Amino acid sequence: MIDILIDITLLAFLAITAIAIIRIRNLFAVVMLFGIYSLLTAGLFVVLDAADVAFTEAAVGAGISTVLMLATLALTKKHEEKRPTHKPWLPLTVVLVTGGALVYGTLDIPPFGDANAPAQHHVAPRYIEQSANETGVPNMVTAVLASYRGFDTLGETTVILTAGIGVMLLLGGRLSRRKPQSNEDKT
Amino acid sequence: MRHNLILRVIAKILIPVIILFALYVQFHGDYGPGGGFQAGVIFSVAFILYALVFGLDTAERVLPVSVLRLLASLGVLIYAGTGFAALLLGGKFLDYNVLAADPVAGQHLGILIIELGVGITVSSVMLIIFFAFAGRGRV
Amino acid sequence: MDFILGHYNYWIVIFLMMIGFYTVVSRGNLIKKIVGLNIFQTSVFLLYISIGNVKEGTTPIVAEGFTQYSNPLPSVLILTAIVVGVATTALGLALVVRIKEAYGSIEEDDIHDQDQSL
Repeated sequence: MIDILIDITLLAFLAITAIAIIRIRNLFAVVMLFGIYSLLTAGLFVVLDAADVAFTEAAVGAGISTVLMLATLALTKKHEEKRPTHKPWLPLTVVLVTGGALVYGTLDIPPFGDANAPAQHHVAPRYIEQSANETGVPNMVTAVLASYRGFDTLGETTVILTAGIGVMLLLGGRLSRRKPQSNEDKT
Repeated sequence: MRHNLILRVIAKILIPVIILFALYVQFHGDYGPGGGFQAGVIFSVAFILYALVFGLDTAERVLPVSVLRLLASLGVLIYAGTGFAALLLGGKFLDYNVLAADPVAGQHLGILIIELGVGITVSSVMLIIFFAFAGRGRV
Repeated sequence: MDFILGHYNYWIVIFLMMIGFYTVVSRGNLIKKIVGLNIFQTSVFLLYISIGNVKEGTTPIVAEGFTQYSNPLPSVLILTAIVVGVATTALGLALVVRIKEAYGSIEEDDIHDQDQSL
């Protein structure tokens, strides 16, 4: 009972934070709210029994992502969003249609926490039973990540390296703030 | 400048603790939650705190960007190198069973080495990205 | 009532996904678009982890006294996805900085107007 209550409270706070992120126009407040959103999600991951994922989300989402967004705000020196000029009817329709289709899709999903759901059947029992014997590592998530699905993790490490190279190419030069060549964007 | 003093003292106390915690998370990723990614991010946070409190130039003297580039590639090399070492020792690519005499010990050794590679790459790349963003605004 | 209790998790996560999607599509400021994209990604992660959860199970780390564990496989997939997400965000923010240096503004309408007038 108590974890259903914690679940509902955290999800409600998440929804309120997300709505505040859309409505608020001050960009600094939006980035701070994004850090709060990440931390709440990390708490929710702990309630949902995924400790590794909670750890990574708290470190990466509430840590690195927020720091990088603050650095971007400092570099672009823009602190408030412009008032939206277009009417929101088309985006709202697209969003409602997509949301409706997704909710229609969830009507057939087995209830939350069901031990007989199809997701728990194919390879998961093998990993749960055999990983401690075959790899000698008690943490099943590390065993699956590093040993059973090690090839995917190699690809992921290469993606991180590529992102580092990309940012180095885009921002690594010593040219800080050249003035724009034309005068047409002096507002 | 008085409040700078508190920041400097607290940062000097906290940074070794953060690095120690990052090493703990890295090598205890087998027994509890943790692993290469989390440890890499926490390790880079220690150096980001150093750069924020003591200045970006001091931080770049401690860890030059050329060293970071080397470390980032070194991590991926360690990871792929373990895979190739397994190939050379007679198994398939990234098959850790052949890395030691006993298959279970081989798996454990393989997992430790590749998590180390992942941790090195993630911490170096996070620092490269931070230094790139922070260094862009300097005149 | 049982049906709602078993499914409210998924519906709230879909609501969060749609809020993130709406932010990306309707707001013109580039930084807000990236924040919306991150909200969308994080709520997709919540969906996957909710699918992998088992009610009487515990965290997938082998410990004495526990026989039923939650599914470790969605955790692994989402770990990779979180890290790839931060890589994408870092590249997106670097592009925003360069766009600001080139166009002088990070509002989509201004950038579009400058491109049209070239």
